[in-house]
Amino acid sequence: MDRQSLERHSDFEWWIKPTGKMRVPGIIYAGEQLIEGMDEKVHEQVTNVATLPGIQRASYAMPDAHWGYGFPIGGVAAFDPDEGGIISAGGVGFDISCGVRTMRTGLHGDELADHKEELADALFASVPAGVGSTGAIRLTDHEMDDMLRGGARWAVLQGYGASDDLEQIEENGCASAAQPDCVSREAKKRQAREMGTLGSGNHYLEVQRIARVFDPQTASAFGLHEDDLVVSIHCGSRGLGHQVGTDYLKIMVAEGFRPIPDRELACAPIRSELGQHYLGAMRAATNCALANRQIITHLVRGVFERVLPNAKLTLLYDVSHNTCKIEEHAVDGAQRELFVHRKGATRSFGPGHPELKGAFRETGQPVLIGGTMGTESYILVGTPQTEALAFSSACHGAGRSMSRTAATKKWRGRELVDQLRAQGILIRTRSFRGVAEEAPGAYKDVAAVAEAAERAGLARRVARLVPLICVKG
Amino acid sequence: MGRWEHFSHGSDIGVRGVGGTLEEAFEQAALALSAVVASVPAIEPREEVEVRCDAPDLDLLLMSWLNAVIYEMAVRRMLFSKFRVTISGLSLTGILSGETIDPDRHEIAVEAKGATVTGLRVAREDGGLWVAQCVIDV
Repeated sequence: MDRQSLERHSDFEWWIKPTGKMRVPGIIYAGEQLIEGMDEKVHEQVTNVATLPGIQRASYAMPDAHWGYGFPIGGVAAFDPDEGGIISAGGVGFDISCGVRTMRTGLHGDELADHKEELADALFASVPAGVGSTGAIRLTDHEMDDMLRGGARWAVLQGYGASDDLEQIEENGCASAAQPDCVSREAKKRQAREMGTLGSGNHYLEVQRIARVFDPQTASAFGLHEDDLVVSIHCGSRGLGHQVGTDYLKIMVAEGFRPIPDRELACAPIRSELGQHYLGAMRAATNCALANRQIITHLVRGVFERVLPNAKLTLLYDVSHNTCKIEEHAVDGAQRELFVHRKGATRSFGPGHPELKGAFRETGQPVLIGGTMGTESYILVGTPQTEALAFSSACHGAGRSMSRTAATKKWRGRELVDQLRAQGILIRTRSFRGVAEEAPGAYKDVAAVAEAAERAGLARRVARLVPLICVKG
Repeated sequence: MGRWEHFSHGSDIGVRGVGGTLEEAFEQAALALSAVVASVPAIEPREEVEVRCDAPDLDLLLMSWLNAVIYEMAVRRMLFSKFRVTISGLSLTGILSGETIDPDRHEIAVEAKGATVTGLRVAREDGGLWVAQCVIDV
């Protein structure tokens, strides 16, 4: 991105001054190198989002922002329905409520050594992953609607996990006001065999070791210590969410509201029939994602019980990074109820936030940042200042730096798997081409992204995780 | 003779079909979509599936067509290597030929989530060839 087009407010805060139809400024949080490597399209998309009706304060981009669909991936924007605010299917994304959950195991690095291959094989055999894979669970129409209303709460009632888990999930594991009736028959059919599946692409299930603790006090409050083993899952709402995104993007483009002549920004006023239908369907898809991650958690626990019975898998937290949530925020000195879109961005409530419970009320919420299979992931924590900076938001991952086509030309999947094995990372996959497309070198430096989030004040680094086992779709 | 290609998009992938007719460009775009998911030459055209779709304009007809292919891939667990398209006005009928997914044979890469309006364009170029393209979210 051309730095000349930006106004530098600090080392990690860059502004696009409002011009033309922009209602608010654009604000990008990133270091100089990340800004230089950022696509010009991010500038264009942050600018376009700033023109949308009802937008509050600014159109934001996180340090991992890249070219998305209408909204940049890594984009955050909040809308006030009292000012004609909108909801956008593109601003949430196709994989509604895609997110990350991390579990403690109670084990240390050396306890895995003799069981690593066995654990990798058992996880790969037990958690369906990859194109065309199917889960064991089949739902009747009635059960499907119950799942779409209940999310992880539904899953726990079916015996997948315990009620303790629910407190460790955003919105306590259930998006309220979900409307299964607003989800098409096609979307439900697409989900019929996909409950408890991981998906493909950048989705993964990893066993990770805490390689470094940045903030011992917060890490301790999170129950994390150096050399602990944890398990992280990155996946979303599977076929149902993808179809909800597809269905409503089409309707919004054809019938919705288009404030500027860019179809990608098709949206609907929050207070319109279409807006309300999309919100109902999106919340149902969110519950599908929360139920899905809860079922996968149950499958993972079953594997650990067999392979490493000393382990006790407890949920640290579950975050969604493709969402639109209703939240209270202060704007111009008044508390307002806003619809906060986070497309490829993680909520990062700071200490004292009334929605947080238990230890998180003191520390702020965990912000889980997924890396690549060959590098590292991060656990951050929300800061007191993140509310004022970006409606309590932070980054979500590394973000690609190279296209899939270029990655498959540069790397061979089988060679990568061998190289990673030599580094002590076991990959299990049904797709070597998929591994090549997801090569660690095809992503930005996640360490730089996490550091930028900290230095911008969006979230603070707590721990760095390195992968030991990675199940890829 | 039609052809297809992929083009780059930040985190996803663009598909482009080129043909002497509108129908051929749509068929080639669907082949490009299949090639995002798997190796097209490895997919045997053993079984046929018919889809129908319509839209308010040609651009959205392409999006609807590719989304119909993605939907059939997902619910039938199939991959497709041959497409025959008939377009009448803004209504499309497509015959998809393919087989059940076999990860051991098909060099699977990634599943397609949906066709988007990003990079969406259906047009007849100066040379008379039709181009049909958009970005696929994967």
